[in-house]
Amino acid sequence: MEGRNSMIADSLLIRNGKVIDPSQNKDAVLDIFVRHGKIEALGKAIEIPREEPFKEIDATGLVVTPGWIDIHTHLREPGGTHKETIETGTKSAAAGGFTSIACMANTQPVNDSSYITTYIRQKVATDSPVNVFPIGAVTKGLKGEELAEIGSMREAGIVAISDDGKTVMNAYLFRKALDYSRRFDLTVISHAEDSNLKGLGVMNEGFNSARFGLRGIPKAAEEVIVARDIYLAELTGAKLHIAHASTAGSVALIREAKRRGIQVTAEVTPHHLTLTDEAVGTYDTNTKVAPPLREKEDIEALQEAVADGTIDALASDHAPHSREEKEVEYDHADFGMVGLETAFPLYYAKVLKNHWDLSKLVAAMTIKPAKIIGLKKGTLRVGADADISIFDPNLEWVVDKNQFRSKSQNSPFHGWTVKGKPVFTIVAGKIVYRGTI
Amino acid sequence: MTTPNASPANALQLKSLLGTEFLKKEQIQTLISTALAFKGRQGAGQSLPATLAGKSAIMLFFEASTRTRSSFELATQRLGGNSIVLTKSGSSSEKGETLLDTARNIEAMRPDILILRHPSAGSPFLLDLALKLPLINAGDGFHEHPTQALLDLMTIFERKKQISGTRVLIVGDIAHSRVARSNIYALKTMGAEVSVCGPPTLLPPKVEKMGVKVFYDFEKAVQDQDVVMMLRVQHERFGQGQSPSKGEYSRFYGMNQRVLNLCQKNVLIMHPGPVNRGVELATDIADSSHSVILDQVSNGVMMRMSILHLLAGGEPFSWKEEIQ
Repeated sequence: MEGRNSMIADSLLIRNGKVIDPSQNKDAVLDIFVRHGKIEALGKAIEIPREEPFKEIDATGLVVTPGWIDIHTHLREPGGTHKETIETGTKSAAAGGFTSIACMANTQPVNDSSYITTYIRQKVATDSPVNVFPIGAVTKGLKGEELAEIGSMREAGIVAISDDGKTVMNAYLFRKALDYSRRFDLTVISHAEDSNLKGLGVMNEGFNSARFGLRGIPKAAEEVIVARDIYLAELTGAKLHIAHASTAGSVALIREAKRRGIQVTAEVTPHHLTLTDEAVGTYDTNTKVAPPLREKEDIEALQEAVADGTIDALASDHAPHSREEKEVEYDHADFGMVGLETAFPLYYAKVLKNHWDLSKLVAAMTIKPAKIIGLKKGTLRVGADADISIFDPNLEWVVDKNQFRSKSQNSPFHGWTVKGKPVFTIVAGKIVYRGTI
Repeated sequence: MTTPNASPANALQLKSLLGTEFLKKEQIQTLISTALAFKGRQGAGQSLPATLAGKSAIMLFFEASTRTRSSFELATQRLGGNSIVLTKSGSSSEKGETLLDTARNIEAMRPDILILRHPSAGSPFLLDLALKLPLINAGDGFHEHPTQALLDLMTIFERKKQISGTRVLIVGDIAHSRVARSNIYALKTMGAEVSVCGPPTLLPPKVEKMGVKVFYDFEKAVQDQDVVMMLRVQHERFGQGQSPSKGEYSRFYGMNQRVLNLCQKNVLIMHPGPVNRGVELATDIADSSHSVILDQVSNGVMMRMSILHLLAGGEPFSWKEEIQ
């Protein structure tokens, strides 16, 4: 890093990077100048006034995009700090190239009141290098019995509501949540798994669950709830977002709902785009995740749905768990895997294999998730917050769980060789992560 | 899902016996021929090899078992070894110790082989990755029960003189049966024609992809079968959407004289035990000349001796090519 008097500079020049910003259809080699935490200028060969001190990043050969936004993470604090803390989870986000994350409500206690929302925001203010946007619970204690104090949480700073980890099985109550959300302009995020159909299932129901002797979770367990929630979104006019869509059937339902003009958006995770239930055959509990890893035809449908815009956002569903919770029998292991530090290269693999355009990928990690949860972010427009992600498109590296910033190592991708690495994560003009090139 | 620490200097070239899914024909032939040889020697009053002299087997049983457990204990003793049985109630799992910790502690005592029965599928794989100790899967959840399948194949070969081309029907709760899975894999590898029959609620998803024929109608299914293997039904599953009642199950999937009359004259009736008399198997059939249930139990000891002997580096018996 160079630049005039760079030690004291508040300004930053990112020179000569390939800038991709789908919010303004930019795809060109440009300079970006950042001052006081905002985008000051974007253009070719920007001249900086002589007297002004600034830092400089030579981004030649690198790709520069609006800061990545992950609308689905689990930070575990309060209550699950042996798995992750706000500090470790947000450092993990920065190392994964993310400048903003939204954290789910299934902490202990649950984020179902303005007090917990405020607690999280206070911890974030001191502990986090990235922006954190809390998601509030739909129901008190995620119990599915009565609505949480959604309005008070909105005032305290939540950006959406979700009982993620659980499905609100009472359709009447979920309908009321959708109705009520409209007053506070909140998107309702659905974790779609019918708990009766899921039962004690631990993996996708199919030939492989038959082979491995594990209880299956049918794809219909997800699809019946996706269908239910789409009808309820139509009934109420509320904004519905489907978390971690995992089946070809869900994709078809969402595509049809969008065609009919219903306000529904959807996300997909890196693992559902990358692994099939075949991976469960080693009984590696890091492959145990909710919804479960599905089959090849589902991966193909999900890929296509990102390409055609049916799926709006790429999310990590970062779900840290300790060794004690994972080094057990498959039946007894917790659901979930860490994802913040491996999400990007797994998505980028789809670009390298020509399933998606790079601008599609960037849009699904920036402007589109920003819109889902109502953030004025995800853009490099002049005047916008200077949240910027820079990655090296050619760097090959090996995923090493021992290098994770996350407090947990529960990743099935340990040891994988991947391509594409975040090298600078910039939040409000400050470099919060500098990757090794 | 092959054995990860593939280092074994034994005739099976296996460190552990985790399942039948990845067993090769030659391995099954070796196991059956050795078990039959032991049976022949025992019947003739000849001595059995002391392959396990000075060796210890630890049997870690997290599920109730009478047959499999006593069968393994006898097999160990007849090969000159000794065994210790740890059950769930007597183990430290009651105090909150994890399965891996229990197993590592056992390994630290330097036994020679670990025999595991566990209600969670894949548990033997978890331990086999973590331990150097050879391991025998004595049943893991709904997944596999390889020693049962091998003794079943031995019994079929003994009676029918041929496994390849033999038509075998497995009847009952296939979805929750490790016996069914292990038998399907081993029988298919040996070239048998396998069918399964049960109510759709008790069949695993896409079971036909295992290369088996699927029947819902028991009376149609039994025709032309050489072997009919009845599975034990779990009483606690009745009424939970799997089958409405014991009576209804028995009416549609019980083996009785009426169904037997539809079978081939020399059909073999098998059952891994314990039998629910009057539910899946009528008493007079269980005790008839068609039934080889007690042969299965006797052969179980011989097959487990064969497995222990071969995994411990014992010599195989050379006429395995005759097992077809």
